[in-house]
This record gives sequence, structure tokens and C-alpha cells, in this order.
Amino acid sequence: MTNAPCPENTPGAESPAAPFGPRGTKPGAALSRAKIPALVASAALAALLPLALNPYWTAVFVSIGLGALLSLSLNVILGRAGIFNMGHAAFYAVGAYVTAILNTRFQIPVLWLLPVAGAASGLCALLAARPIIHLRGDYLLIVTVGIVEIVRIALINDVGGLTGGANGIFGIARPEIFGIRIRRDIQFYYLIWGAVALTVALFSRLDRSRVGRALSCIKEDDTAAEGCGIDVAGYKLLAFGLGAFWAGMTGALFAAKMTIISPGSFTFWDSVLLFAAVTLGGGSQAGAVLGAFLVFGLPEIFRDFASARMLVFGLALMAMMVVRPQGLLPPAPRRYGTRFLTRGESPAAGEGT
Amino acid sequence: MNPMLRLTNVTKRFGGLIAVNDVSFSADEGCITGIIGPNGAGKTTLFNLLTGNYAPDDGDILFRDVSLVGRKPHEIVALGVARTFQSIRLFSSLSVLENALAGRHCRMHAGLLASMFGSAAQRREERAAVERAVRELEFTGLAEFLNDKAGSLSYGNRRLLEIARALASDPILIALDEPAGSMNQPETEVLVRLIRAVRDRGISVMLIEHDMGLVMQVCEKLIVLEYGIKIAEGSPTEIRDNPRVIEAYLGQD
Repeated sequence: MTNAPCPENTPGAESPAAPFGPRGTKPGAALSRAKIPALVASAALAALLPLALNPYWTAVFVSIGLGALLSLSLNVILGRAGIFNMGHAAFYAVGAYVTAILNTRFQIPVLWLLPVAGAASGLCALLAARPIIHLRGDYLLIVTVGIVEIVRIALINDVGGLTGGANGIFGIARPEIFGIRIRRDIQFYYLIWGAVALTVALFSRLDRSRVGRALSCIKEDDTAAEGCGIDVAGYKLLAFGLGAFWAGMTGALFAAKMTIISPGSFTFWDSVLLFAAVTLGGGSQAGAVLGAFLVFGLPEIFRDFASARMLVFGLALMAMMVVRPQGLLPPAPRRYGTRFLTRGESPAAGEGT
Repeated sequence: MNPMLRLTNVTKRFGGLIAVNDVSFSADEGCITGIIGPNGAGKTTLFNLLTGNYAPDDGDILFRDVSLVGRKPHEIVALGVARTFQSIRLFSSLSVLENALAGRHCRMHAGLLASMFGSAAQRREERAAVERAVRELEFTGLAEFLNDKAGSLSYGNRRLLEIARALASDPILIALDEPAGSMNQPETEVLVRLIRAVRDRGISVMLIEHDMGLVMQVCEKLIVLEYGIKIAEGSPTEIRDNPRVIEAYLGQD
């Protein structure tokens, strides 16, 4: 490849000013540093919270944690890459069932099955998405609704005599870490919220990378992304596979937590709730976790109004679309340390400005 | 030496309409080549054939002796043909710098795992990419807007950002689709200097333009299309005096 260096100095380049337009204001580049205290504070809060919670609320927080993991995994697909996937519960189900089957039949420890469950879900997602990934928006959404229904019905029909039909699978072992058997809710709390923290850390790095930027570009305008050198179909599949991989691992944790799984936990409705959580969140990691709190946590707080739950939910979503369509916490623009870099001037800047 | 770009008998049909009809021409390395013609002459279709957005029904497009036919747009960018769009297509909610970095994407290698776990090579590559993207923004005069949203730029600056994004991909040939569209006179003057500076870096330029003043000023070679057919080819002075071209533009009979 010819790699001609940019000319540093061209005759006639007198003014360092941009050729036209008003001078822009530059916001500081230290945003990520300002985030650190907030992160430390929320980690400390999360670590100390169970001390103040009764067993019921600890259990609620465990299920919110699982919701947060799922919401983070769907966020890669829907929030970052903008792929309308309303069948995410299917990949969660594959992970949970792979774990349950391998654990109950071959006594393989649940935590060893995390990558296996993830890989199985990721593979299913790649196979299912490969022929449909070029579809846009609503068309893709309808197909993914089909996928989650196919998976649910297959599970009910006890495919291959493996899934236990409508009753599901019983007697999944508890996970064990360093000889400690995780069985109490408070232990699950730390396991699952630890996984949330790890996920946020990894996905945040991904966001800032070449891959994360490619997904953002695809979400904005896939024709432009393809036109500036991004393999759009490839990256859409990558996002789908990664999101499904994470959902599969979350399914493994869910199976270990519940010890019983059945098709009723992986319905279209669960996919819709996840879709709502990510949409409410707005695409950032913090938004995905907040979305999980709103979708899976608020109904617990307002249990007395349980019958009105769906009404409130629908109204809240409608209000959001009108008032804040970008979601509650849209991703902050990426900042890079560039201050030391800016020095050159444009050869096109000159007397004409 | 063979020409950098060679089109032979390229044809594209849309139903009954022949948008590009048996067009052949070549463009040399290091040249500024212009494609002109009245509205609907097939100029943008020709560009879309070159950049892989459409596949020709007939004919071949050779770029440095490699056929571009049947390749996806992103593969063609990787081969060294970068483009801008007639209707500006920036990632408008992303920052100016992120837009330039998007152009750098095809020259980077970090995969999923390296990106998630942040390998040393990945970090080095990121730093180099940011530096290169900043250089291209300086080159196009947009350095002061680094952290602004691309959507907040003026129209003229958006066109320049598309050029910066294309330049960040290390192109051998840059294809500009109406770069002066919606620009005023001083903006067009800046653009003329920029196009020349791009060529002075050794990058070949191909452009579609309606602004005849700009075309005559910067292009070294012109291809004239009318109703999908190439009606003339030559230097700006030759084209200016070509009766066939005058007829196409002024509609004499």
C-alpha cells in the first residue's frame, strides 16, 4: 500500500484556522477519569448492599443481576450495533438447557460449563443469524420473534428426549468455587454481581476499540460503514454471536441458581422485557444495568399494583419514546487523548478563509 | 506500465434503463480525473460500480490489474479505493474524530479478544490510529472540531470530514462524488486547494462534479457521459471545445 505521509508544511499554509465555520469549543478529554469515583462508589455500594437487605430483597437483587447480565448481552446486539433482536431469550434458553443437560447427565460442574453454554448459544445464534443478518430493522425483528418461539416449542416438545418437555429439568447442581458450594442467595448475589462488574469492564473496553467503533458506525448508517471499509455483515454476526455467547453463560448461571429450569422461563415475553430494558437504557453499559433495574426491579417494589403493572409499563415506554427517544443513558462520545497530537495545519487553509 | 484503473465495456441496466452503457476508459496513477455529464448521465452509477455498491451486468473494472467486479465495498476500500458520498453520509451522532477513525478501520487488525482484553499490540495500534486520524483532520482543516459531533458541522465541513475519513484508509485512489455540492464560493476554493494537496501526496483522485469552474480548474483529464454513454474524453481544454459536449450541455441540434 502506498502510505504517503501527510505533508507537515506546505507553502501557502499561513493560518492554522479551519477553512470555515465558527471555532468549536473543545470539551475536556478527562471524562473517563471523572468516572472512576462513580465506579468505585457503585462497586462499594453493591458490595455492602446485602448487609442491609433481608433475604427476600437479596433474592430480588439476584434476579435483577441476572437480568442485568442479559440486558448487557442484548445491549451489544441491539444497543451498540442497532440490530433488532427480539428473540434474545432463545439464546438464554440454549445456555441454560445445555448446562442442565450436561450437568444432570454427566455431572460436569456448572462453572466449567459456562464457556460450553456460551459457545453453544453463540453457535446457535450464528447459524440462525447467518441467512437473515442482511435484513433490516423490523424484518429482522419478526424473524427473531420466530426463533424464540421455535426454541420454546422445541423445549416443550422434549426434542430428542433431552429437555424434559413442559416440566423441564430438575436437580441441576449448585456451582462450586474453591471448594465453597454456592447455595445461599447472598452467595449468588456476589457471584452474579461480580459477573456483572466483569462484563461491564470487558464490554466497556470493547466499546472503545476498533470493534466497538465499527458497531457504532453500523448502527448509524450501514451503507456508509460498508463504504468506508467496515465488513458490515461480518461485524453484525460478530455482535450477534458475542451477545448470544454472553446470554448463554447467563443461562448457565440461571440454571445453577434455580436448579430447576422449564420452558416457561424463556418466552417471547421475556425477550420483549429485555428489549425494553435495553431500549430504556439507551445503549451504554450503565444504561443496560439501569434498564434491568427498571424492568425487573420496579415491579417488585410496586408489587401491590401488580395488576396495573403492564399498563404502567406501556405508558412509561410510550412516554420515553416521546420525551427521550435516545434512552435514559445513551453512550457518551468516546474521547481519546489527542491534546499532545494537534499541531499541524491544513494545506488547504490559506488566503481564502 | 498499465493504467491504475481500467474500465472495459462496463454496462449496468436497471430494468429497461441502461444507466451505464458500454463505457471504457482508463485513469492514470497520480492524476485528477473528472467525470462530468448532465443529470441522469450515469455518473453516480459508474461510481457505485467502481466502489462495489453495484455489480456491472457486463464488462470489467481492473484496479492495478485486480478485478473489482464481484467484490464487496469494504473489500474494495481495503484494496485502496476510498469514496465519499453525494448525499453526505457521516456517522452524525459520533464525534469528528470517531468518523475519521472509522476510515482507519480497514488498516487495523485487532479482533474481538484483543479488543476486550486490551493486548499491548491493540493499544499500540489504537494510539497510532488516533494519531493518524488527527493528522487527516489537520490535513482537511478540521482539527479544532475533533470532539464535536459530526452532525454539528457546517455542510462544507461535513464534506471535508468525508474526505478525511476516506484519506484515513490509506487510499491509492479517492473517489469524490460531487465534493463541491452545497458549498459556497470560498468553501469551493478551499476544496480546490485540498484536492490538489491530496494529489500532491501521491493519491489519485477521481471526481464527479457539476461545478464546471471547479472541474476545469483541477482536473487533468475528463470523461463526459450522456445517457450512460461516454461521449468524450480528454483534457479540460479539449473537452471545452468539443462540439459533442457543447451539444450535450446546451441541447443544440
